[in-house]
Amino acid sequence: MITLTDVHKAFGRNRVLRGVNLTIPSGESMVIIGGSGTGKSVLLKCILGLVHPDSGTITVDGQNADTKARDAFLARFGMLFQGGALFDSLPVWQNVAFRLLRGSLKRPKAEAREIAIEKLRRVGLKPDTADLYPAELSGGMQKRVGLARAIAAEPEIIFFDEPTTGLDPIMAGVINELIREIVTEMGATAMTITHDMTSVRAIADRVAMLHDGVIQWTGPIGEMDRVSDPYVQQFIHGRAEGPIEAVR
Amino acid sequence: MSPLAPLAGIGRLVLLGLSTLGRIAIFAGETISHLVRPPFYPKEFLQALMQIGWFSLPVVGMTALFTGGALALQIYAGGARFSAEAVVPSIVAIGMVRELGPVLGGLMVAARVASSIAAEIGTMKVTEQIDALVTLSTHPMKYLTVPRVLAATLAVPVLVAVGDSIGIFGGYLVGVNRLGFNPAAYLRNTREFLEVWDVVSGLWKGAAFGFIVALMGCYYGMHSARGAQGVGRATKSAVVAASVLIFAANYLLTEVFFAA
Repeated sequence: MITLTDVHKAFGRNRVLRGVNLTIPSGESMVIIGGSGTGKSVLLKCILGLVHPDSGTITVDGQNADTKARDAFLARFGMLFQGGALFDSLPVWQNVAFRLLRGSLKRPKAEAREIAIEKLRRVGLKPDTADLYPAELSGGMQKRVGLARAIAAEPEIIFFDEPTTGLDPIMAGVINELIREIVTEMGATAMTITHDMTSVRAIADRVAMLHDGVIQWTGPIGEMDRVSDPYVQQFIHGRAEGPIEAVR
Repeated sequence: MSPLAPLAGIGRLVLLGLSTLGRIAIFAGETISHLVRPPFYPKEFLQALMQIGWFSLPVVGMTALFTGGALALQIYAGGARFSAEAVVPSIVAIGMVRELGPVLGGLMVAARVASSIAAEIGTMKVTEQIDALVTLSTHPMKYLTVPRVLAATLAVPVLVAVGDSIGIFGGYLVGVNRLGFNPAAYLRNTREFLEVWDVVSGLWKGAAFGFIVALMGCYYGMHSARGAQGVGRATKSAVVAASVLIFAANYLLTEVFFAA
């Protein structure tokens, strides 16, 4: 279970997170929605320790995210970055097996390659993709490789940062389905950041809306359409009129 | 405008300079501390060695060849004013191994390597590849900075040694073919006046310059701002800082090695 308690983060005068309280139960898929620049990615990076919160606590199964045992802590996570964040200098299979080629999870090279190819197959890519370089792949393929890398070491918790941004609707649907399938079959805890409502409906068990640095509303996906909160209603229906200012 | 405004501006610049120096010093300290603590990445080190050492050979060699030749012409023309043309071989050799070999080698590597390291790491930063490294339990300092700094510190002295030899050869070619020196006498003069410490001091300078070049590339890459402009600025700053620090370090090392 991931628990955030009164998390604050400011960059200069810009107070991005102003007391975030959120619980993500184990094995559930939580989707964080909210407008651009509301701090969704910062929230995710705070949990991973990529950004240090100014105050508040973040725990994962009771373990503080600020732990000194960073390697063991991070080994529990997989992450799909918005732009893929694949390493240009490495072929696809070494990107996927990055964690399996070094550090505490190191495996023999042949075994790591085999696992990488298996994960590539799992996300719908042919084995001959393995020896290509990221620059030779389309945007959709890069997302799939990023997804394969995120699940390569079979993490307990997977983060998805804007998984469908920049993809056509069909490819976005494919990625949404893959995420749903993988999270279900691995039994992983998932946290997804998106403002794509199709993704939200495809991926989420629970939804949380971040606005003005706090969680405006959180609840099961089934309740999202029925909730009377004007912020949620404006956001999910994409209305220009409402309490959320269109010009930020 | 307040009459003190210009002073405040100068103060801000001084503070900015000092804080940057402080951050670079901390970055250097962290790099050295990671240098001796596992995990190590030998494959990344060997790749950096190839990139920095082997692929810089042509540019360092060409620079040294032309510099040696020009030096021979200059010393001959200058020496002719007081009938000291015979000193050309010894001055070319000493000038190359003590000063021009290490400094020009360092500057050429700064132009080629500091820029490429800063651009590569800066691009990795803005495309979240550095964040991805962290989430994959890999320390960016150990994986990106340490192999490059170690490779440059070891490769640049070798480049300097090769550059020294080529520079002396350039002087020899001009001395023998253009200035009419006897080949055997030119070589004998070069050998007789050159001391081991002349060469070794230049190699130490090369190691220091290699460290500076890679450190600046990594520092500015890691601190690159977002976007193409951020990466461009990081690249420019890396080359400028590396070049200035090479000149400053050259003076300090010359004081240490040769002060009477």
